[in-house]
Amino acid sequence: MIETLLTLQLPILIILAPLFAGFLTFGIGSFNKKLCAPITIVGTGLSLICAIQVLSQVQQKGPVHYFLGGWIPPIGIEYVVDHLNGMVLVLIAVVAFLTAIYSVKVVEKELSKRIHFFYTLFLFLVTGLMGITITGDAFNVYVLIEIAALSSYALLALGQKKSFFATFNYLIIGTIGACLYLLGVGFLLIQTGTLNMPDLAYQITLQPYSAAIFIAFILMVCGMFVKMAFFPAHGWLANAYASAPTAVGCLIAPLMTKVSVYVVIRVLFSIFSVSYVFDILNISNAVIVLAVAAIVVGSIYALMQQHFRKLCCYLIVAEIGYMMGGIFMGNANGFFGGTYHLIADALMTAALFMVAGAIYYKQGTLDIRKWAGLFKKMPITMTCFIFVACSMIGIPPTAGFFSKWYLISGALQAGHYLFMIALLFSSLINAVLFFRIIEYAYFGSFSSPNSHSQERSEAPLSMLLPLVLVIICMMVLGLYSQDILKYFIAPINPFLGN
Amino acid sequence: MANFNYIIVVIILCLGLWAMLSKKNLIKKCIGMAIFQTGIILFFISMGAKKGATIPIIQQGYGAHDVAHQAIQASHYANPLTQILMLTAIVVGVATLGMALSLVQRIFNFHGSIEEDEILNQ
Repeated sequence: MIETLLTLQLPILIILAPLFAGFLTFGIGSFNKKLCAPITIVGTGLSLICAIQVLSQVQQKGPVHYFLGGWIPPIGIEYVVDHLNGMVLVLIAVVAFLTAIYSVKVVEKELSKRIHFFYTLFLFLVTGLMGITITGDAFNVYVLIEIAALSSYALLALGQKKSFFATFNYLIIGTIGACLYLLGVGFLLIQTGTLNMPDLAYQITLQPYSAAIFIAFILMVCGMFVKMAFFPAHGWLANAYASAPTAVGCLIAPLMTKVSVYVVIRVLFSIFSVSYVFDILNISNAVIVLAVAAIVVGSIYALMQQHFRKLCCYLIVAEIGYMMGGIFMGNANGFFGGTYHLIADALMTAALFMVAGAIYYKQGTLDIRKWAGLFKKMPITMTCFIFVACSMIGIPPTAGFFSKWYLISGALQAGHYLFMIALLFSSLINAVLFFRIIEYAYFGSFSSPNSHSQERSEAPLSMLLPLVLVIICMMVLGLYSQDILKYFIAPINPFLGN
Repeated sequence: MANFNYIIVVIILCLGLWAMLSKKNLIKKCIGMAIFQTGIILFFISMGAKKGATIPIIQQGYGAHDVAHQAIQASHYANPLTQILMLTAIVVGVATLGMALSLVQRIFNFHGSIEEDEILNQ
């Protein structure tokens, strides 16, 4: 009896666990700062367990619906978990849980007096991201975007003093993005009188040629493009993320942009439909040109950086181009590639930022030129780095290879040769810049004068363990890519079976 | 001029957006942000407003099923949904503005200026 009740309440528990843990850390953390980290780990861990349970329910019985307050959908707010957001929820929970463990030592070192603020905001950010993912109500998405965004502004501003200005710019740009989305929701509300996503989808099929609905589509998608740092609006990302505290970077960089990509997938295929986006509007060519520009610009800027965190930030810009290109490709393989890359890239980015954090913790520098001989000093961290580098380049058994494979075959099928060339170009650039770092770190000690100490000084276990676990998740994702595509992405692929 | 209020809304939105993107003074950017958000609030409120309409309280009570009560027309009432949505949006707007202003204060303490060009030149 209790078990079934609990099973019914699982979707809301995913959100409530980090939310209440957030309040607890603030209350208890004011008195005893040592309890903050355990509460955060327990909160995100509970959320992870619930998310995995819900995903297995979805896998067995199909989408799970949860009515808030018992109100039936078109009137009340509904939480819907299908294969897509089930996966994204597990992804957020995994990254949040591992970052929570990872953050214990770093936060003590970097933010000693403000530990409880950090963990409270951390948990609210996780709550916001989970909420965006799980909700089935268009307006609710806006509110939760702002909850996540406000926590992330505060978290980013906890960093070095020069990060204030970058954060302020991010706040202005982020507000514009979220407000554009809200305006779009307003247009939809005028035209259809509803906010529930399935209901909106039905109402839109009744009036596909309405100008108001077209404007709504443009506003919502553009708003999310700004939020995810898609090509013309990518400028804020590198400055805002590069000087953030280590643990903040590990959480925000993989998740914020990916959740925005998720919202675009929802808007395209759950509110609007394949036939609306690709047949009636036919804007996919324009978006793919932007995606090509994002990939090329992001890769070239990444190649020019000497600061490792900045390099990773520009790689994110390029990866966003991959995902948007795949999703707007208009065929099954493109959707496979884009969605699979959403998951894979979140893990890769988390791993890259964790490597950066571990090196910064021990060596105190993120300048690549000073990393000479790092392999001897931090062998485990650098071995993990090689795995991520292989995945970013796209060497076969890793996750990055499979997403590129599907994206390229989708591009070939749709005849977007420019996108294919951009993908190959970006892989080449990734190969150059990662092998350059590996060369510095492996062979650099012979020529460099500042590597006098050669003894091992590896990062603490609480940082290495999450890093290794992220690498394992990434490798599992790569090795079982066929099963993931078949059991999790195929059921939601809008280009199959209808 | 049936859509008079929407024209005003568009003007307010453009003003706010222009101030956010092109003003160099950070406080002016914050003001632009407040104007932009106000524009959106007015947009939502005017879509729910109706001349001669009343608040949506059904005096006979909720859940009555006989014919006389069914005759209540939804068109007699203003749409409460937009106003509730905007209550949430106002809260979000206040929080964002507070966050922005506290950041401006920190920027002033650190850089000694709230002019964008002077900060970038440092």
